[in-house]
Amino acid sequence: MASRPNQTRPDERVFRAGAGAFGLLLIVIVVAIGIELYRQSQLSIERFGWHFWTTDTWDPVLGEYGARPFIWGTFYSSILALLIAGPIAIGIAIFISELCPDRLRRPLVFLTELLAAIPSIVYGLWGIFVLVPFVRQFQVLTPEWLRSVPLFTGPPLGVGMLSAALILAIMVIPFTSSIAREVLRAVPHAQREAAYALGATRWEAIRMAMFYARTGIIGSIMLGFGRALGETMAVTMLIGNNPQISLSLYAPQYTMAAVIANEFTEATDDLYLNALVEIGLVLFVITLAINVISRLLIWSMNRPARGPVVRTAALRAAA
Amino acid sequence: MMRDRWRRGLSHLVVGLCGAAVLLALVPLAFVLFYVVSQGIASLTLDFFTQMPKPVGEAGGGMANAIVGSLMVTGIGAVFAIPIGVMSGIYAAEYPGTRFAAAVRFSADTLNGVPSIVVGIFVYGIAVLPFRQFSALAGGLALGIMMIPLIMRTTEELLRLVPPALREGALALGATRARAVFTVVVPAALPGILTGILLALARIAGETAPLLFTAFNNRFWSTDPSQPIATLTVQVFTYAVAPYEDWHRQAWAGALVLVAMVLVCSLLARIATARMERLQRGS
Repeated sequence: MASRPNQTRPDERVFRAGAGAFGLLLIVIVVAIGIELYRQSQLSIERFGWHFWTTDTWDPVLGEYGARPFIWGTFYSSILALLIAGPIAIGIAIFISELCPDRLRRPLVFLTELLAAIPSIVYGLWGIFVLVPFVRQFQVLTPEWLRSVPLFTGPPLGVGMLSAALILAIMVIPFTSSIAREVLRAVPHAQREAAYALGATRWEAIRMAMFYARTGIIGSIMLGFGRALGETMAVTMLIGNNPQISLSLYAPQYTMAAVIANEFTEATDDLYLNALVEIGLVLFVITLAINVISRLLIWSMNRPARGPVVRTAALRAAA
Repeated sequence: MMRDRWRRGLSHLVVGLCGAAVLLALVPLAFVLFYVVSQGIASLTLDFFTQMPKPVGEAGGGMANAIVGSLMVTGIGAVFAIPIGVMSGIYAAEYPGTRFAAAVRFSADTLNGVPSIVVGIFVYGIAVLPFRQFSALAGGLALGIMMIPLIMRTTEELLRLVPPALREGALALGATRARAVFTVVVPAALPGILTGILLALARIAGETAPLLFTAFNNRFWSTDPSQPIATLTVQVFTYAVAPYEDWHRQAWAGALVLVAMVLVCSLLARIATARMERLQRGS
């Protein structure tokens, strides 16, 4: 705003302070989350130090807590999900922003948003009764020679890493694709027109646009990654909840968010509770870092003139 | 010549792959909706809305208490989140260039990315542990925290869409900033702000993780905000992972009600946005 009328009048100051107080509250909440999690995990941090993150035993009865399997499960499932979801999400973004006829655009955007609107618990329920039996069938059909490959060892349980990664992929697709779509839309038309004028094919022109938008697209994938890391209910219901480090897609494993969801109300002693909160603290720090980096990437892409475009994009994706 | 054909072929291939990606994403959507609707309708009876849960082993019963609980917890969340979200949005829109506004905006984006389970732990620490009591109030607080950033960002965006001439007109007539904002700018953006609130409601109505250890669960009828309360989402979770056929049936019915609630909220939001856009074009 160029003009700042009545800047010094008392009622102006009251208004500004009043509205600002609510904004301050928002900042306080974020800071308080970090402080509170740190405070509540003191016991475990002092007792185990770095060992907490490098040991594999999770035994509440003996009071031994090692969180490495949860870290592994969280990252492994999220990375797998992203490998599946990333290409699909970007394909959708390209299709909607570059290729699809105008009449189809609105319905397609609506449908991808619908995919994002379905609650995690509903995906979990569907996963248990539809996806898991399907994955089990698939596992049973795995040919013998493939079973010795580390990726495919273990009994056909259905629940496990593969089911969790698939459901995560479905949940991340709409999120990443809607941001990538807005990022592509923010690429100036002249970029594509110049490519076409030089005789480029459709794909070559799209590649130009994608190159122009590369930081934003990477940001959109990272934002999806952050989502996948923190996703709780659907994963809890499908991953099998077994703290082990395994490369196998068929093995039941465990994630950070899932162990908190399952064991928090059962944590009988303080150390147990503190150990769970420490997992939450690290989850908080990791997702925070990923969010900050990805938003910086997305913003940096169209800083000079186009700030609001992508900010709206991130907002819409969030909703 | 060969090279041209190769380039054109590659282009067609990529276009085809992008179309395939869209179909690939629509398949699970169709499957999820199909199962939720077909399984849900089969078990959605009047009892589901009016009866209490029956003890294990007894068939029948419903989720009356959980439906009321969900509405209550969501309502508490909205009451908590709307003032904070709207007012901080107003601040960011009115003083957009300031460093404080940037900090508020940054906090909102950060909060938006915080996993819901972490919000649950936080609220457990500040609102459950001190009172040694799970409560509907704590559950509402957790959902409210998740709503704030969504409401804040939509409010800000929509206030910025209000034509500057409106605000300037009010100021030129001698209105104070507060008066200009609350009687001219905010009313002009009201449908949009309502949209933001509806979208935020749609998102948190389906949340489960932050309620697990804040609102907890309750087998009995309760409308006391200081007591643990049943919610639709937590109930669906409990029933889904239990080994009873009848509970699975009810979990599907619960899922259908959840999806319907979310869809209605998004649809209302869509209508409000369309109206807002028409207004903008008119002015």
